[in-house]
Amino acid sequence: MILDALLALAILALAAWTVWTRDAFAAGIGFVATGLLLALAWVRLGSVDVALTEAAIGAGIGGVLLVNAATHLGTTAEEAPPSPRQNRLIALLCAGFAVAVGTALLTLPDPAPNLVHEAAAALPATGLGNPVTAVLMVWRGLDTLLEAIVVLLAVLGLWALAPEGATRPAPPPREEGPLPLLARVLPPIGVVIALHIVWAGADGPGGKFQGGAILAAMWVLAWMAGLVRAPEVMDRRLAWALVAGPLVFLGVGVAGLVLAGEFLALPAGWAKPVILLIEAPLTLSIAAGLALLLLGPPERAP
Amino acid sequence: MTAVFTGVCVAAGLLFLAAGTAGLLRFPDAATRLHALTKADGLGLGLIVLGLLPQMPGVAAALKLLAIWGLVLLAGATIGPLLARHATEREP
Amino acid sequence: MAEALTAAAVLALLTVLAGLVRVVRGPTRADRIMAAQLLGTGGIAVLLLLAAAGGDMALLDLALVLAVLAAFAAAAFVQAARR
Repeated sequence: MILDALLALAILALAAWTVWTRDAFAAGIGFVATGLLLALAWVRLGSVDVALTEAAIGAGIGGVLLVNAATHLGTTAEEAPPSPRQNRLIALLCAGFAVAVGTALLTLPDPAPNLVHEAAAALPATGLGNPVTAVLMVWRGLDTLLEAIVVLLAVLGLWALAPEGATRPAPPPREEGPLPLLARVLPPIGVVIALHIVWAGADGPGGKFQGGAILAAMWVLAWMAGLVRAPEVMDRRLAWALVAGPLVFLGVGVAGLVLAGEFLALPAGWAKPVILLIEAPLTLSIAAGLALLLLGPPERAP
Repeated sequence: MTAVFTGVCVAAGLLFLAAGTAGLLRFPDAATRLHALTKADGLGLGLIVLGLLPQMPGVAAALKLLAIWGLVLLAGATIGPLLARHATEREP
Repeated sequence: MAEALTAAAVLALLTVLAGLVRVVRGPTRADRIMAAQLLGTGGIAVLLLLAAAGGDMALLDLALVLAVLAAFAAAAFVQAARR
């Protein structure tokens, strides 16, 4: 009880400070710290799955993306800050949104409408042990398919920022000493942990997005240390790695239309192996997409 | 017996975690604060892991605990020199 | 035993929250990175204590993920800070 109250207060205070502070680098670190506390809060709410996602995608990958963006921009933005009128408008819209969400949450009946019993009753038919994975892969597969495509679109959006003739992200600063050592020791361990997290997702907290995030982080670490080169944007193998997951997922969806009578429907009794068939390339695609986002836009060759 | 062992180790671990935090808050500059951090990482978490080992349900869980500690040590050992170099580059 | 371990988790969280002051006050980027690193370590300690108190071993996987990504994120922050 004390734990929860402390956690809630700290999250609110830290989030407010992160929005308030002028230093973009500091705000990035504040975002990471807030994400870590949020992960602990999700644990206290009994959602270890969400905590894993928050820790891996939110605090981990998201935090590094924000801090990288902050150092690219510099701490003082070049364009003029928003005018007081714009500021008031932004504050009004944000406050309005917060009030709307808060009102909706507070007026929900107790217990809130949910499908917990239906999900628990239908879980054995999926061959999975984790209801969260069953929602993501069996009952709401379309959402997951679109999420995987969103990662792909984000990479295309980032590449659209590249100047004419740029084919490859700029190399990181030369590193000697401890970083190349970490980049040699950590990735083998990280890859094992990532595969464990993907595999564990069938029966407990885990999954492809979290595992893919770790794989991406390990590859980017090796790149940061100068051990591997960033791929060319036009690299054929890279393109296949990026689209393999969504493509297989779409293929299974169309096959479902033929075999089970509905888009993305999984044939009865085959759910578990088909899910594994989708998850393996999807993990690869998510990892490749997140890694490319971390590398930043391609820059002109010097 | 194991309860006493766990209690002593976890209490000592918490002490080092608190000492590391106190150092991070009270020491005068970045280089000295770096010293405080490694105590919290190495000894604080290490003692907590040691104390929790007998509470784990199986060998796999115990090995995971040790792996977590090893990873945190590895991170601390890498970040320490990197940050120290960064601090001295800026303020020679 | 479970109550004592939960109490230990509260104490660990308290020390970690105190370390947040360094995230906010800085003054250098190195200070903020150190504070984030300590927050990660402390968060892992809280998770391990909660796992032992409640018997939920899935929390160990979460701690494992945090430990791997903490090393990566801290290295990335240092490299970003040098730019």
